[in-house]
Amino acid sequence: MTERNRELLGLIPAALLVTAGFAAVFVQRDDVLTDVSLTYGGIFLGLCFVAHLIVRVTLPHADPYLFPLVATLACFGLVILYRLDEDLAREQAQWFVVGLLVFAATIISLRRDVRVLERYRYVIATAGILMLLLPRVPGIGEQVNGAYLGIGIGPISFQPAELAKIAIVIFLASYLRDTRQVLVQGSHRILGVPLPPLKHLGPLLVVWGAAMVLLVFIRDLGSSLMFFGAFLALIYVATNRLSFAVIGLALFALGTWFFASTVGHVQDRVDVWLHPFDDKLYDAPGGSYQMLQSLFAQGDGGLFGRGFGEAIINLPGGGTLLPAAHTDLIYAVIVNELGLVGACGVLLVYLLIVERGFRVATLSSDSFSKLLATGLTAVFALQVFVIVGGVTKLIPLTGVTLPFVSYGGSSIVANFVLLALLLLVSDRARREVKGLR
Amino acid sequence: MNAPISRLFAVVLLLFAALVAFTSRWAVFDAEALRDNPKNRRGLIEELRVKRGTIRAADGTLLARSEPAGAGTYRRVYTEAAKLLPHVIGFSDVDLGRAGIERSRNDELSGNAGELDDLVDQFRGGTERGDDVRLSIDLGAQRAALAGLNGRKGSVVAIEPATGRVRAMVSLPGYDPQALLRRDTRAPLDRDPDAPLLNRATQAGYPPGSTFKVVTATAALDSGRFQPSSVVNGDSPKEISGVPLANSGGKSFGDIDLTTALTNSVNTVWAQVAEKLGKGTMSDYMRRYGFNSDPPLDYPRDQIFASGEYRDGALLPPTSRFVDVGRMGIGQDKLRVTPLQMAMVAAAVANGGELMRPTLTRSVVDPDGRVVDSVDPERERRVMSEATAQNLTRMMENVVREGTGTAAALQGIDVAGKTGTAEIVRDQDINQPWFIGFAPSASPKIAVAVTIERSQGGQGGTEAAPIAKQVMEELLR
Repeated sequence: MTERNRELLGLIPAALLVTAGFAAVFVQRDDVLTDVSLTYGGIFLGLCFVAHLIVRVTLPHADPYLFPLVATLACFGLVILYRLDEDLAREQAQWFVVGLLVFAATIISLRRDVRVLERYRYVIATAGILMLLLPRVPGIGEQVNGAYLGIGIGPISFQPAELAKIAIVIFLASYLRDTRQVLVQGSHRILGVPLPPLKHLGPLLVVWGAAMVLLVFIRDLGSSLMFFGAFLALIYVATNRLSFAVIGLALFALGTWFFASTVGHVQDRVDVWLHPFDDKLYDAPGGSYQMLQSLFAQGDGGLFGRGFGEAIINLPGGGTLLPAAHTDLIYAVIVNELGLVGACGVLLVYLLIVERGFRVATLSSDSFSKLLATGLTAVFALQVFVIVGGVTKLIPLTGVTLPFVSYGGSSIVANFVLLALLLLVSDRARREVKGLR
Repeated sequence: MNAPISRLFAVVLLLFAALVAFTSRWAVFDAEALRDNPKNRRGLIEELRVKRGTIRAADGTLLARSEPAGAGTYRRVYTEAAKLLPHVIGFSDVDLGRAGIERSRNDELSGNAGELDDLVDQFRGGTERGDDVRLSIDLGAQRAALAGLNGRKGSVVAIEPATGRVRAMVSLPGYDPQALLRRDTRAPLDRDPDAPLLNRATQAGYPPGSTFKVVTATAALDSGRFQPSSVVNGDSPKEISGVPLANSGGKSFGDIDLTTALTNSVNTVWAQVAEKLGKGTMSDYMRRYGFNSDPPLDYPRDQIFASGEYRDGALLPPTSRFVDVGRMGIGQDKLRVTPLQMAMVAAAVANGGELMRPTLTRSVVDPDGRVVDSVDPERERRVMSEATAQNLTRMMENVVREGTGTAAALQGIDVAGKTGTAEIVRDQDINQPWFIGFAPSASPKIAVAVTIERSQGGQGGTEAAPIAKQVMEELLR
């Protein structure tokens, strides 16, 4: 069977999921299955089919499992959002159209060779850093929960960090392809630990500095962990030197500890993380209310969950019980309604995507493609880790999205670009493996 | 570069394993602690989303229902008829919590009872409606008791001897349960020195006076140490536990049998009998009747008071050295009893010596009309032999026919009973009048206990017996 036929078959689970999911929500609401509601699912599956056709025509040899896995997540996210708020689901569906257009545009413009991106690496890097700083620009910057992650222009709200993560991974992949040989050479040992020459530690220190600035400047521990983690992953894969990763991690931990004890906002987040049950923190604005409600929602879910549409999201007298249920805390809603079992299923889908992503990297022959696929996959995995880890109090809670599931236009668009890049690398790699240059 | 990529994937696997571990921690291992956390309001919100079942009287009269309050929640509404038995019904409120039947039958009313139901409900998408509870309370009897008490503080309990079903339970002063749910009208009820929220039938411990002689008589006859014809000297005063004890009005009766001693409620005779039986025997029979423990009523434990001897607020075993067994035997000493317990005493004698478990619930019916729980009568224990019960019944018939309890006599129906008048404040003549009894004495259909709190000069025979008569008349119609 060809890759594309496998991909088409792979969409069947997504189709079943979206149908079963909507049916469950309708049954819970005692609604009749109206035409409007069924067209929702139909249009969505139509969109997936169109995307499949684009891939079929442009990238016939690309990995057949990535897109169905992403479609499964997206369907799942849509059902959860529909259950939370129909309007959100409709907007999200519109963002999917935009996302798929960008997806198609990315594939078509880079289909000849994804490596043209290397030529623009400094432009891309600058654009990425500017995007990260945008939320601090007065007038358009938005502060949510003390962190500067979003910008608002008119009615449209956007999280530039979502796109910046891709830009920075492209730059790092390109930069490390050039310098990896230099970084490996001439290392000496201190206390038995092989260390690269000090001058080559420079880039590492620069990126570390950037992550720290990010931490202080946009005040978001999760995002800086995501960026810096992706960087460490890349430098480790590029050099095969564990020492880089260990030193980097130590530096990051040191920096985080320092800022957590000096910068008020970061300190508050850490306090909330360590003492969510504290009465004073619970009542404080921006305190542990959100964290605790997240835990209560998960505790309410148990092993098998309450079922679609059964979680308590809103207070009976109006107002919300679980804040940011459609964005930051959507994972808590999933645990609440589908239980530990359902949540593990979702995590498994992410893990499969990560596995396919790393496979794309191993199949690639050139360094840039390898590093690009590794970096994109790592940043994707870290994003899931940061938000799910935050919601489950493994690490402090921060405001990044759960890819393809959370509500949010920038997240959808950015992650479709990420998927497009992975498919582009994959198509080339698999063609080479098959000897079809 | 492929080897580090594989190792990187292993790191991701570890990170995801940590995510699964932490999700498990909250969703499964710590779930119970999270549910019980006082900051977690999910339980309370959930309750509001359940349409609680109705509560109805024995004749089907609606007492409590739930009506939609918007946003998928419900509010409790108590009907006009609920004012006849507010203490029995209790309340269910997010702020106040629950009491009464609303509490003791909460699982049924909120639809939480039954494992199988839960599974089906989960499949259907949660419980939407609770089961309906029907009480055994007869509203006619409630009205008769309320009319008889006529605003005086006190309590009336009527029990069907053969089944244990409570047919009347009145506590005065009462209150409007609907007013209790509103903040502004609740505060005065809370502060009222007359304690209208207290269910005097189950929570108030009163000195039983001479009605307790029924218990002493049970011990005397059933232990085989005395017969109804046994003769004891009834002169007054008599030295009991080293202190002289007098009969009512200081009257001396000479040598009389126990039937006569019960008919005329002769203190000195029954005190001597109790002394002769001893603390062990008295204790045994008190326990058989249910003294010294919470009556097994389907009612919240913290709204039930265990009858018995109390010292410094603590329950004493009747064998304690602090107990004056002679005075206990005539309902004095440190006895504190509830009207419910005394109604159980009357019901046990009426039922041939067998005590049935008292119940307020007649049946539980699910929203589809199926009987979920028919609350079948349950035997609590045998208190005395059938022969003892028959002898005691004859003695108690005499009390109503020609003794202190004539005011409880019914036209054409034999009534058995016993009066009591406990002195609360002797020099101000403040008494606690009592009557316990049952009818028809040949095949008893109803047993009652009536008491009035702090009556000015009232006697059991003149104040309590007429109320018992009205209630029995209503229930025998």
